[in-house]
Amino acid sequence: MGEYRELTTPLSDETIRSLRSGDMIYITGTVYTARDAAHQRMSEMLAAGQDMPFEFDGNIVFYAGPSPTQPGMVIGSIGPTTAGRMDSFAPALIARGLKVMIAKGFRSDAVKKAIMEHGGVYLAGVGGIAALMSQCVKSEELVAFEDLGPEAIRKLEVEKLPVVVALDSAGNDVYDRGNK
Amino acid sequence: MKEIHVSDITSKVAELCIKACVVVSPDVRASMEQAVKIEKGTALRVLEDMIKNQDIAIERNMPICQDTGLTVVFLEIGQDVHIVGGDLTDAVNEGVRKGYTEGYLRKSVVGDPLRRTNTNDNTPAIIHCDIVPGDKLKITVSPKGVGSENMSRLKMLTPGDGIEGVKNFVLETIKAAGSNPCPPIVVGVGVGGNLEYSAKMAKQALVRDIGTKNPDAYLADLEAELLEKINALDIGPAGLGGATTAMAVHVNVYATHIAGLPVAVNIGCHANRHEEAVL
Repeated sequence: MGEYRELTTPLSDETIRSLRSGDMIYITGTVYTARDAAHQRMSEMLAAGQDMPFEFDGNIVFYAGPSPTQPGMVIGSIGPTTAGRMDSFAPALIARGLKVMIAKGFRSDAVKKAIMEHGGVYLAGVGGIAALMSQCVKSEELVAFEDLGPEAIRKLEVEKLPVVVALDSAGNDVYDRGNK
Repeated sequence: MKEIHVSDITSKVAELCIKACVVVSPDVRASMEQAVKIEKGTALRVLEDMIKNQDIAIERNMPICQDTGLTVVFLEIGQDVHIVGGDLTDAVNEGVRKGYTEGYLRKSVVGDPLRRTNTNDNTPAIIHCDIVPGDKLKITVSPKGVGSENMSRLKMLTPGDGIEGVKNFVLETIKAAGSNPCPPIVVGVGVGGNLEYSAKMAKQALVRDIGTKNPDAYLADLEAELLEKINALDIGPAGLGGATTAMAVHVNVYATHIAGLPVAVNIGCHANRHEEAVL
């Protein structure tokens, strides 16, 4: 296994295309959280021709819903949730310009196809190491859907968030080893 | 007859919720430390991060995982216990409310599965009660994440499928689950009974400590065989490959009908949270 490569957001198309399945990456910069309920709403907004709550342009969507923030801390525990539940929403968002997603677990063929077609990448974090990952978050700001509680969209500034390239723009899948 | 006041149940449930979410149970920790010795490369790195995460959680008093689960509570109520001062179900839910609020645990429960509004206090819990001999009340709290719950399966096999059918179903379930349930997992299997009883047994199997041997030698052998086969699947820690896909397989069985062979497989993630106390 190789060493970690450090990347800073926003990621350029060239950088995204240079990533290969299995690469270990540290992400530094801005990520936006969005999970089930936020995806539901974003797709409804998309269908209605409305603007997205934030610009996708080179930005990263992190499928995550943190635990509550304790006094004196930046954020509670935070880590990737299962990507598959967002698979029905993702292709439309990718077509709209979303290029980089962080979550955990395997993706559908439709998402794989969309990533290949639009030159995106899917990064996987290790699920359930959320106390460790919370230490990478340097600031947190509510962006949209406050009523969704842990499922609200938040803008996070992260430093060296550890991920692995799960699905690259050429369609190579780190989970594809005879089983998923 | 021993009296137990509901307020003691509430405070104990609250304490167990927080402890289960923040402090890794010793059996899980020991199993992961064993796994570190046999893994290398990515699998080793993932396991080391999981252990480091457990240490940070304790040090900073924060949950191991942001998904602090749907709270499953097993109550073993001694038949000589008299619960006083209020309603038992309310007391347990009040404990969950208190634990999840005071412990800064995530509120992940929607009050209705179709209309989906968050209850904002993680109630109601899933409560299983059994009446047992004696004058004690045993409370087991298992905050169950749904990344692993969603990959769990139940199938109504028939007698002709036999033990091979059971083994195949367990392996198919784990294979299909792949990276999603946050391996290394604990696999709870319930065989027999009926539809709901097999599922309950599978859930109960998850709260048994890793490393404890099934008292039934036939089932102990089945557990060992399944564990070996699951760990040969190369799913590995976080699904990134390796020899540690499961830390344990626990099988519970119960009498069933001459026409039936229900099998439930409940998957627990690498945190496999469970804490218990006796009042």
